[in-house]
Amino acid sequence: MARKPKRPPRSAAIRARRPIARRPRSTPPPAAGLDLHRCEQFLILEARLLDEGKFDEWLALFTPDAWYWVPSEPNQPDPHETVSLIYDDRRLLETRVRRLARPRMYSQEPRSRTSRIVSNVTIETNDRNACTVRSKFVMIEFRREQQRIFAGTALHRLVQSGGRIMIAWKRVDLVNCDAPLDGITIPF
Amino acid sequence: MTSSETLHSLVQSGRVHRRLYTDPAIFEVEMERVFGRAWIYVGHESQVRKPGDYVRTFIGRKPVVLVRDAEGKIRVIHNQCAHRGSLVVANDKGNTDEFQCCYHGWTYHLDGRLKAVPLQHGYPRDFDPNNPKTAMVSAGRVKSYRGFVFASEATDGPSLEEFLGHMTTSFDDMIDRAPDGEIEVAGGTFKHAYEANWKLYLENLCDAAHPLFTHRSSIDAAQQQSDAVYSDGSGEIAIRQMRQNGAPYSFWESQVGIWTYPNGHSYLGDYHDDAKLVAALKDPVFRDYIAAMEVKKGEAETRRVLEVRRWNSNIYPNLSFMSQFQQLRVVHPVAVDRTVVATYNFRLKGAPEQMFRNTISFANTVNGTGSLVLTDDLEIYNRIGMGLSSEGAEWIEIGRGLQSDAPDAHGGRRGKNSTSEVYIRNMFDAWLRYMADGRAAMRAAS
Repeated sequence: MARKPKRPPRSAAIRARRPIARRPRSTPPPAAGLDLHRCEQFLILEARLLDEGKFDEWLALFTPDAWYWVPSEPNQPDPHETVSLIYDDRRLLETRVRRLARPRMYSQEPRSRTSRIVSNVTIETNDRNACTVRSKFVMIEFRREQQRIFAGTALHRLVQSGGRIMIAWKRVDLVNCDAPLDGITIPF
Repeated sequence: MTSSETLHSLVQSGRVHRRLYTDPAIFEVEMERVFGRAWIYVGHESQVRKPGDYVRTFIGRKPVVLVRDAEGKIRVIHNQCAHRGSLVVANDKGNTDEFQCCYHGWTYHLDGRLKAVPLQHGYPRDFDPNNPKTAMVSAGRVKSYRGFVFASEATDGPSLEEFLGHMTTSFDDMIDRAPDGEIEVAGGTFKHAYEANWKLYLENLCDAAHPLFTHRSSIDAAQQQSDAVYSDGSGEIAIRQMRQNGAPYSFWESQVGIWTYPNGHSYLGDYHDDAKLVAALKDPVFRDYIAAMEVKKGEAETRRVLEVRRWNSNIYPNLSFMSQFQQLRVVHPVAVDRTVVATYNFRLKGAPEQMFRNTISFANTVNGTGSLVLTDDLEIYNRIGMGLSSEGAEWIEIGRGLQSDAPDAHGGRRGKNSTSEVYIRNMFDAWLRYMADGRAAMRAAS
């Protein structure tokens, strides 16, 4: 018998928690469940798609009602009452990805090149077919003559659908989210 | 290099010299004569609601503190200790009983007067804590227009209302849209940065000739977007705005105008009506909003308020705001080739809560650092910064529509339509007045 499934936490609850790294559960999740190794491999795949500019394939990782969020404040409680560097519902995320392929996207002329490291992956909550994964990332972006460093914490809500892992939501907290920033065009 | 004669020679009919955007010496004079003379927007009273509330901001490059003192009066004081010059207030905002310097503990009242000094016996015999020289220095003048706080380093000159002139009607438009007649800053802030001159920012905000070109990628992406895909409402607002940017030139030439006023101010008008922006009466939120307005203000006044159709209203040299989605942007010059822009949102008191969510979604679209629209504007500013470093064209053109400028009923000048650069010419008229003529702002007809 599997462990009692936990109710998926609200994102606010995750932030409120003391940042004690949760140890991966000692009891394995249900068969074909989302264990740490699979989650980590998934995050590495996602980072690779983004670094290689395969944005359509990246978009295909998201569920049909997914959202993608980069807050403008540390510990921002929600995306509707406070502005966000990015807050895309599924429709806007599609538009964002489509724009990245447009030839006259001037803010990507020349294109950025990025290199990401994803690490410190932990499973925060784990249910039968879904889990919330916390990871750290560093992204170097090189464009024109400048190199920028972005770093922060990502939370992914991963769900299993037909044997595939998909992203139900993703929240990216940049350490410099409230700094004066030049434009952000490549998703984290 | 910056004599009155030279400065006059750099601003000509329909063109300005590229040095105005690249010369560090001119930038220094601008800080002294434009930002040191004009009324500079420093914040909104709702940001400092209670005694002791403060926010850090700038007059030009000078760090100042906007604070409500113990008596409830709004103050703007220079953020510099009178002792050794250290920045006194380090947090961006907060509430405090007093300001204390971290170096030797000089402590100030909220109005900047010195309150206490450790080791006072050690200072020279004539040391007097009541001498104004021991205070954190106040800005020359501080004045609000219906909650919008301005400071001027010039101790005399036109009043704030004279400086604003007819533009007070744009502030009225913003405030009158609140059913309770009150607005407040809410919903966080963006700070965007670009590596080019501060003047470029306001010069883009009435430029109706650029969206179709500059924002092509987001227009195309939005036009091709299926509306069947899930949206929680925020994406819908963003996509509607991006599609609107794709209006053909004929729209901008026939339906949108630019009005300009003394001291460099301007607004883009008759642009989106509320029908285009919020799907008007089809939108239940907007219906609720109109109902709330009518209860508080009556039908006739509600109609009058909502028929004012202004897009960006620009108060030269550092402020732009927009009533329909309650946006406000403040331009902070950092160096001749670096600018930071801080953006804010307002909540309309008494309006349905969803209205504010729409404000946030809209802010993310037009002001967000990761926006599909703003990123291309930032690219333009950066490219102008790089392009101007070339020794190519010596003169920058600002002559579009020059032959068609016409007087306006309120002492201003309007362009033939929204593709006119009349508002840039108008800003340079003010610029010359501040820079070369040694004069403060004009007393404008209102």
